[in-house]
Amino acid sequence: MQPLIKVENLCKRYARRSLLGAGEELLALDRVSFTILPGTTLAIVGESGSGKSTLALCLACLEHPTSGGIWFAEKEIANLSENELRKCRPQIQLIFQDPANSLNPRWNALEILLEPLAVQNKSTRAEMKHRASFLLERVGLSPEILKRSANELSGGQRQRLAIARALALEPKLLILDEALSALDCSVQAQIANLLLELQSSLGMTYLFITHDLAMAAHFADEIAVMNRGRIVEHGPAQKVLQQPGNETTRQLLAAIPRMSNATLPVPER
Amino acid sequence: MRYLLRRLGHAFLLLIGVSILAFFFATLAPGNYFDEMRLNPQIAPEAVAALRAQYQLDRPLPMRYVAWLNSTIHGEMGFSFAYNSAVAPLLISRARNTLLLTITATLLAWGIALPLGVWSAERLGRLPDRLLSWGTAALLVIPDLTLVLGLLVFAVKTGWFPPGGMVSVDFENLSSIQKVRDLMRHMTLPVVALVLSVLPLLVRHVRAAVADVLGAPFLLAAQGHGIRRRTLLYRYALPAAANPLISLFGFSIGTLLSGSLLIEVVMSWPGLGPLLLESILSRDVYVVIGGVLLSTLFLVGGNFLADMLLYWIDPRIRTESSAP
Repeated sequence: MQPLIKVENLCKRYARRSLLGAGEELLALDRVSFTILPGTTLAIVGESGSGKSTLALCLACLEHPTSGGIWFAEKEIANLSENELRKCRPQIQLIFQDPANSLNPRWNALEILLEPLAVQNKSTRAEMKHRASFLLERVGLSPEILKRSANELSGGQRQRLAIARALALEPKLLILDEALSALDCSVQAQIANLLLELQSSLGMTYLFITHDLAMAAHFADEIAVMNRGRIVEHGPAQKVLQQPGNETTRQLLAAIPRMSNATLPVPER
Repeated sequence: MRYLLRRLGHAFLLLIGVSILAFFFATLAPGNYFDEMRLNPQIAPEAVAALRAQYQLDRPLPMRYVAWLNSTIHGEMGFSFAYNSAVAPLLISRARNTLLLTITATLLAWGIALPLGVWSAERLGRLPDRLLSWGTAALLVIPDLTLVLGLLVFAVKTGWFPPGGMVSVDFENLSSIQKVRDLMRHMTLPVVALVLSVLPLLVRHVRAAVADVLGAPFLLAAQGHGIRRRTLLYRYALPAAANPLISLFGFSIGTLLSGSLLIEVVMSWPGLGPLLLESILSRDVYVVIGGVLLSTLFLVGGNFLADMLLYWIDPRIRTESSAP
């Protein structure tokens, strides 16, 4: 089977210039390579600052990589012009960490959903409205919230709305950039189940970015661990979890809280 | 609706307060219009006293304020000793000339500042943006007076523009098209001076406000949906950045009357500027008070307009104020 997305030697360098002009370089991505098969999930796990979000932005073509290539459905997309990019953008959608600012705070749910629908530009307004309520039901929201503005919704409702907005474009690849991290535990579980259910019914491919190895284990077919812009370990989820071959992975594993091992903090003295 | 009425009430109270303060401070200053006559040996002190009595300058302050308030309600705003007429018509005819200048300049300045600020914010930190920043900073530190004098020198040296005034001497004999042409030629320099004096501030504010929202995830998301760059900038980023800019716009409406006083004086534009200067020098108090009050009216009106615009544009303000 052909991979849906293939990344090869992707590098992203940020030049930071201080006042005196002395250049300081930050290598956010260092020769990152991987492939994802259609309908599967790759989890990218790493600490904050390890380059996960830069990777998400590069794959969503919202950031130009310094070098390297990205092939989406066997089409090179890393070096397309903005006009050509616009045509394939709908197929790759990004869900952000904090739905509070990834949804336009001035708009109501209907306007938020109509925006991507209008991009496709092939249906009447009545059809689009119909589709908007359909999408809301798809993510488990009641169509009654169509008139509500984004900041009147709860965190979980907002993230569902953000997912519905991405689904409007019928993407093949969904990039979830810490999409569950800003939510309460119980809401996290609900959204996680929603995502799994959507994947099996729509056959979408996920790139699941998280700092939480336990969450990645729940989701992913494969796990790639990142540290300082590099993929330090990559393999099937079970293998990475059971036989971690890298120090970073072991640290991340140790960071998962377990009820059995939990020790209460003992005050000194 | 209740919000609107409350705001109007506030604005009205503010105007009353300012009128009292302006009245008392203006009359508190030593001397009055007739003081200079006392130095003239040919005028009898009794005549001066009679004049003072005629214009009620000998009565106590609160009574004069009430009398002035009464005349304001009747649309006169007191009496100008120097022009020997009611203040209101005097102010209105001069204010019209000032507004002609400042409204043109304000529209022009915003018309330039919005695209320029967005353009600059889009290239944040890159060379064009930094050049523009340096340019606006340089323009910001040049005193208005230097700017105006420079423009006047330019006008005199090239002879392209008249160095002052509002119309040519033979204005009355011109055809209506020529009249418009003549007026525009006279307006050019003061308008350019005004635009140059406010433009850097506006550009910097627009740039900062837009740059602030450009990194917002909802803009990235919209870009990810495949929305055009131009739409993104003007339909998404600009409205999201609008709140501070609307406040600034209200303020620039507020300075429509008072912002050009200096430029009018130096370029001898027959607006409020020269009138206020004369009236202050000759202690024609009611004209001074009228001028202050008119500027306040614009300031309050500008802020009111800005609040209404914000209320209308930003749904979040509406929900906040309708909550109990």
